Amino acid sequence: MTPNGWFQIGFYLLVILAITKPLGVFMARVFNRERTFLDPVLRPVERLIYRATGVEESREMAWTEYATAVMLFSGVSLLLLYLLERVQKWLPWNPEGLGNVAPDLAWNTAVSFTTNTNWQAYTPETTMSYLTQMAGLAYHNFASAAVGIALAIAVIRGISRQESKTLGNFWVDLTRCLLWVLLPISLAAALVLVSQGAVQNLKAYTTVTLVEPQTVQVTGADGKTTTQVVREQRIAQGPTASQEAIKMYGTNGGGFFNANSAHPFENPTPFSNFLQMVLIFAIPAALTYTLGRMTRSPGHGWAVWGAMAFLFLCGVTVAYWAEARGNPLLAQASQAAKSAPVPQVGNMEGKEVRFGIAASALFATITTDASCGAVNSVHDSFTPLGGMVPLINIMLGEIVFGGVGSGLYGMIVFVVLAVFIAGLMVGRTPEYLGKKIEAFDVKMAMLFVLVGSFTILAFSAVSVVEKFGLAGITNPGPHGLSQILYAYTSATGNNGSAFAGIGANTLWYNSSLGVAMLLGRFFMAIPVLAIAGSLAAKKVTPESLGTFQVRGPLFTTLLVSTIVIVGSLTFFPVLSLAPILEHLLMYAGKVF
Amino acid sequence: MSGSTHVKAKALGDTKILQGAIRDSFRKLDPRTMVKNPVMFVVEVGALVTTLQWARDLTQHASGTGFGLQISLWLWFTVLFANFAEAMAEGRGKAQADTLRKARTETSARRLKKDGCAETVPSSALRAGDLVMVAAGEFIPGDGEVVVGVASVDESAITGESAPVIREAGGDRSAVTGGTRVLSDEIQVCITSNPGETFLDRMIKLVEGAARQKTPNEIALNILLAGLTIIFLLAVVTLQPYAVYSGAPQNVFVLVSLLVCLIPTTIGGLLSAIGIAGMDRMIQKNVIAMSGRAVEAAGDVDVLLLDKTGTITLGNREATRLHPAPGVNESELANAAQLASLADETPEGRSIVVLVKEKYGLRGRELAAMNPTFVPFSAQTRMSGVDLDGQEIRKGATDAIAKYVATHGAAVPQETKEIVQAIAGAGGTPLLVARNRRVLGAIQLEDIVKGGLRERFDHLRAMGIRTVMITGDNPLTAAAIARQAGLDDFLAEAKPEDKMALIRSEQTKGKLVAMTGDGTNDAPALAQADVGVAMNTGTQAAKEAGNMVDLDSNPTKLIEIVEIGKQLLITRGALTTFSVANDVAKYFAIIPAMFAAAFPQLNVLNVMHLRTPQSAILSAVIFNALIIIALIPLALRGVRYRPVGAAALLRRNLLIYGVGGVVAPFIGIKLIDVLVSFLRWA
Repeated sequence: MTPNGWFQIGFYLLVILAITKPLGVFMARVFNRERTFLDPVLRPVERLIYRATGVEESREMAWTEYATAVMLFSGVSLLLLYLLERVQKWLPWNPEGLGNVAPDLAWNTAVSFTTNTNWQAYTPETTMSYLTQMAGLAYHNFASAAVGIALAIAVIRGISRQESKTLGNFWVDLTRCLLWVLLPISLAAALVLVSQGAVQNLKAYTTVTLVEPQTVQVTGADGKTTTQVVREQRIAQGPTASQEAIKMYGTNGGGFFNANSAHPFENPTPFSNFLQMVLIFAIPAALTYTLGRMTRSPGHGWAVWGAMAFLFLCGVTVAYWAEARGNPLLAQASQAAKSAPVPQVGNMEGKEVRFGIAASALFATITTDASCGAVNSVHDSFTPLGGMVPLINIMLGEIVFGGVGSGLYGMIVFVVLAVFIAGLMVGRTPEYLGKKIEAFDVKMAMLFVLVGSFTILAFSAVSVVEKFGLAGITNPGPHGLSQILYAYTSATGNNGSAFAGIGANTLWYNSSLGVAMLLGRFFMAIPVLAIAGSLAAKKVTPESLGTFQVRGPLFTTLLVSTIVIVGSLTFFPVLSLAPILEHLLMYAGKVF
Repeated sequence: MSGSTHVKAKALGDTKILQGAIRDSFRKLDPRTMVKNPVMFVVEVGALVTTLQWARDLTQHASGTGFGLQISLWLWFTVLFANFAEAMAEGRGKAQADTLRKARTETSARRLKKDGCAETVPSSALRAGDLVMVAAGEFIPGDGEVVVGVASVDESAITGESAPVIREAGGDRSAVTGGTRVLSDEIQVCITSNPGETFLDRMIKLVEGAARQKTPNEIALNILLAGLTIIFLLAVVTLQPYAVYSGAPQNVFVLVSLLVCLIPTTIGGLLSAIGIAGMDRMIQKNVIAMSGRAVEAAGDVDVLLLDKTGTITLGNREATRLHPAPGVNESELANAAQLASLADETPEGRSIVVLVKEKYGLRGRELAAMNPTFVPFSAQTRMSGVDLDGQEIRKGATDAIAKYVATHGAAVPQETKEIVQAIAGAGGTPLLVARNRRVLGAIQLEDIVKGGLRERFDHLRAMGIRTVMITGDNPLTAAAIARQAGLDDFLAEAKPEDKMALIRSEQTKGKLVAMTGDGTNDAPALAQADVGVAMNTGTQAAKEAGNMVDLDSNPTKLIEIVEIGKQLLITRGALTTFSVANDVAKYFAIIPAMFAAAFPQLNVLNVMHLRTPQSAILSAVIFNALIIIALIPLALRGVRYRPVGAAALLRRNLLIYGVGGVVAPFIGIKLIDVLVSFLRWA
């Protein structure tokens, strides 16, 4: 660990802190339909969209109608992407002449992008045409992010309104989110990325002659190994920068190339790397301020921000420490071989030398705290404890800032639980910002937690004892368990990153991960929307000295404890058999 | 209130209750009863599964059956301990119900037939609407209203108060309760309830817990606990495949032990005991809550409406000082004031006589010689007084006397006017005394605020509860009393409908309102209030409208009721937090024990250094069972409520039950492990 590394982490958090309020205020104004500086340009466009689609701007929706609209919109979008993938061969903007995508992979990808997961069981540059990337995947990067944010805004309205039956209009929230929140910054960020060297074109791949031919060993179908000399390389390219910006800003994470943000065309410089990290947390962090502002209790927004920042720092500290410490067996081996001492640089396996350990550990923590899933290093190659951090981050429900929208509403479920469990201890029926937390709210909150842990634990359990599951594992022992666990955790959490060793492009994994993604998105969002609907209908009890406070360090502590105990205890047994055991075995001299 | 402890707390160690509770804890093992408590039901199923497995191992002569037996036994103990907690809570109620039942013994009643003759029927034959005669020495056969007559009644069977009370037809003192005894005179009572529905019956059901329904918070908490149970069930069920994958499959004893340790058995086992004990504490305070919901609502109360008279002040106003007008001798004023009040039987009038006697040494005189003519108070003149020996002495309200003297062209002296204003400004009531239409001076009447109230209202304020006084006085007087007693607000010149309007307006602001009342005209407001406490001395209508009855008829009881409500909620929250926090230590006990055989490296997680894997698991299970027993006294007594504001209270309770809940099992399990190893159990 170096001062430079710590500086990067500290500076990053400061930038996020600085963004929180201005962007939070802006979003509150956008969704309250107050005036913003973009109105002169965007208002006419918005009106045009409503006129064309027949949306009644002032019509409000009950939570059930809102949920139905979300499902309908997502369902239709999902089908469109599936169709596009299945017929891309016959459509334009396919200079490489890529074929149609296989049904199970097309299904998996359609679900993956609709649910803001961006789990990629395919290699993009050899699977998806430019049209599919732009009109299919990038479209979903915008749409799924907007759906998440709209859901969070509906939930915030549920908390702030009183004796109201409605939560706003989904179509209006969706449109305003796209026009005001997502498009302008994505446009600007794409240009900045281009300035750093990210590519943006529609050209066919370029074949270049290698300066230094490489000799590689290839195992043929007959099992014989032959030696080949590679003299040429085909360089994949395409409309990358435009997709890259929303990939981060909408916490989508699906790379334009297989190497994702480790690819120099996606993430060329340390500055672009920093910008990408900032884009990931920008909206999730700002939404805490939007929550505080729209509920007229800024202190609550900051308390939630504080809990998120604390958990973020815990995660990044462990990841950075574990990666900087590296693998003890390497040092031992170099001693035993009496070779020149290996410089103690930590664990560089699977990391980009351009970014190094601190920026990789930081990126891995951020991308899994949020539901982004973009990677600039291979999580599979992290040390056991370093790799456990991304895993736990997702298991907690991606509420440490979290996915755009989904992070906040997931956090609100934990707020409800914390308020309910500890709120009784002040001698009143638990109240969250004046709203009584009653049986229905607790039921929905528990359902949320239950769906998450059920999906992860049940699918993983089946996969570790059945042949079709075990087939995907590329490392034996506890690391293999981590791979499977990570896959279902990532899918359920709508993260999309992977312990990339796993071979997940199989019928079982494509279909079951698809189901996990759908459960993790909609079966978790609907209970939260139900809580919002129930809270909106309630009366507000005015605050008094006897009221449970949802702000200040005490509440932040309580919230963190609830997240750690309720959120992670469920996973502790399996974690102790996977990364924890792997870590202990590594120090006992055994690796996988 | 030493007389009111009839339905007194039975000591925890009362052997009779203890025996009954032990019997009941076995009776409650019936799965049909257990299923109502999902957490403990899972434990029971777990115990059954391990017992069957142990029996199978035994028949197959497997080794290590001792461990299986011990785990099974402790799991059964866990269920029994939880049942015992509930049975203990119910047992105390049952003992009280038995005492009450004695008062309900069959009596005979003299029912009036249509022709006016009385017939003797058993009290169980009485229906609502029947008229009965009750004479001195007889028991009142059922709840009802006195329609004719007045009698003194011994209500100690219900209230524990041994002093007899007066019950009379009409007005607010007409309600009588079945099972009480008439001491003097004869009354005619109209029965108002059918057999089985009387106040006494309801009270018996309530203290027994038979009529107990789950309260809203309890239902929500049960959902949380059931949800946690399902999640942990999932975690344990899926652990086996992971264990199989890792090459370390687990036996059923270990898996069930892990499950039982993780699910919130502590709160699950004590939850219903806490609720019953809360009702019980109300009863110990001589308050009968008609539902657990009302007790819980009491904890949520934001506004207390308190009647001034009897609650904040001692009954009536008393004369405290005389202020002579300029040029009038103080004893002259005293003399006139006394004469004017001698025939005045109102409490104010009597207090003037008392003041003059004590302060000026003037004793009552034989007036007959002076040929007095008393002028009683009338609504028109708003004065009273006496005419004797050609003197015309009057006392009355300031404006009434001013008008009276003005008819003779006299006026109230400026100094006296100022004094009058000063008295009113300080919350007192001024009266003027005039002789022969000349103002002699003023009498200062004051409300006497009950002692110790200010501190109690300060407590309430710290709880976040606003106190509002309701009075018929003018705003000036009301403000002064409110200030003196330390109240937050007041409603002056209040009519019954104003009370109702105030409750409604507070409720639309989202606040919960509590009030006390006794009169029939209080009934609508009592029904509207979220917590309506009717006085036992009050009318039947008031008692039915409210959701609590205070047998002591003490209006300040409301404060204790609120505290009990809060205590109930705090106890639930504290034990839930404790129970959930406990899980951390149990993981560190059981997980290394499960896998240490296959992966000795995992022993670094055995931070408690428990001796053997079996001892570790057994110790965790034993701790889990014993903690229920250890917390029964706390569940029954309730966590103490401190009026220090929500933030301080939360900090304190989080420290004790949250942090304590994390730390305690580490120590407890370690100690049990030492003991288990010492006894060679495992």
